[in-house]
Amino acid sequence: MTSSTVNLDYVGREYPAAAPYSVGREKVREFASAVGSTHPAHHDVVTARGLGYPDLVAPPTFAVIIAQRAEAQYIEDPAARVDFTRVVHADERFTHHRPIHAGDELVTVLHVDSITERAGLAMVTTRCEISAVVAEQAATEPVATVVSTLAVRGEGL
Amino acid sequence: MTEQGPGRPSLASLSVGDAVGSRTVEVDRARLVRYAGASGDFNPIHWNDELARGVGLPGVIAHGMFTMAAAVALVEDWAGDPGAVVDYQTRFTRPVPVPATGVTTIEVSAVVGALDPDAGTVRVDLTATCEGARVLGKSQAVVRL
Repeated sequence: MTSSTVNLDYVGREYPAAAPYSVGREKVREFASAVGSTHPAHHDVVTARGLGYPDLVAPPTFAVIIAQRAEAQYIEDPAARVDFTRVVHADERFTHHRPIHAGDELVTVLHVDSITERAGLAMVTTRCEISAVVAEQAATEPVATVVSTLAVRGEGL
Repeated sequence: MTEQGPGRPSLASLSVGDAVGSRTVEVDRARLVRYAGASGDFNPIHWNDELARGVGLPGVIAHGMFTMAAAVALVEDWAGDPGAVVDYQTRFTRPVPVPATGVTTIEVSAVVGALDPDAGTVRVDLTATCEGARVLGKSQAVVRL
């Protein structure tokens, strides 16, 4: 093995949507409390509805829960050779096509957009396209795009 | 959402450089455990000192995603509507070490970075520092007002 071991063959790989993630009120409250998001629209349904939402609004980074589940399909694949204990998060971006709210059923398609290597450091960029299942139309509605870059340090770095 | 509620800033009244606000975030190990459970991110570098040192870190570090989330709460409150944050990005420039006992303090501040009247959005630029060093880079939230 060289100092960086991430498998470059995974660039361009796409992982189709798996079972939907159900956004629950208590999960929205739990996540908001954990990060110190005290805005009442995360906690109080009446306030959220007063702002025009159907239910509690998720905090701006809530989608990381869903994205990291999807990313695990790639990161936990032994053949991808991403050593999670040697991973440092380099950057993250959330683009919301509409806010996530309690009651959403969300599905995610994961893309491995790029893997670059330099001096034993591999930079791995993934993109999660998150959509809501619209049951009555048997269709999906774009909700969020989450782009994440991980830096994977090789042995000795 | 487009409702103009009380306390919501109006785009026309804002100028680049205006202060959005500041706050202090205190992080201890219990906070990291709580974030791990809430987010599902159980990477042991966020709770196991021995393992963190074994991979070359100074010890347990905060989840970058915790810092990112805690910082933007300031913007949510300023906007008056959490759903108004339509885009949010950051780089993680330095780790935030969190001791086994006691707290680490992160100072967060934000200013108006750019205005886009056609899109009806404002870009808020966030700064987060720990012991005087920036821990987030190019941290920008786009807010629809």
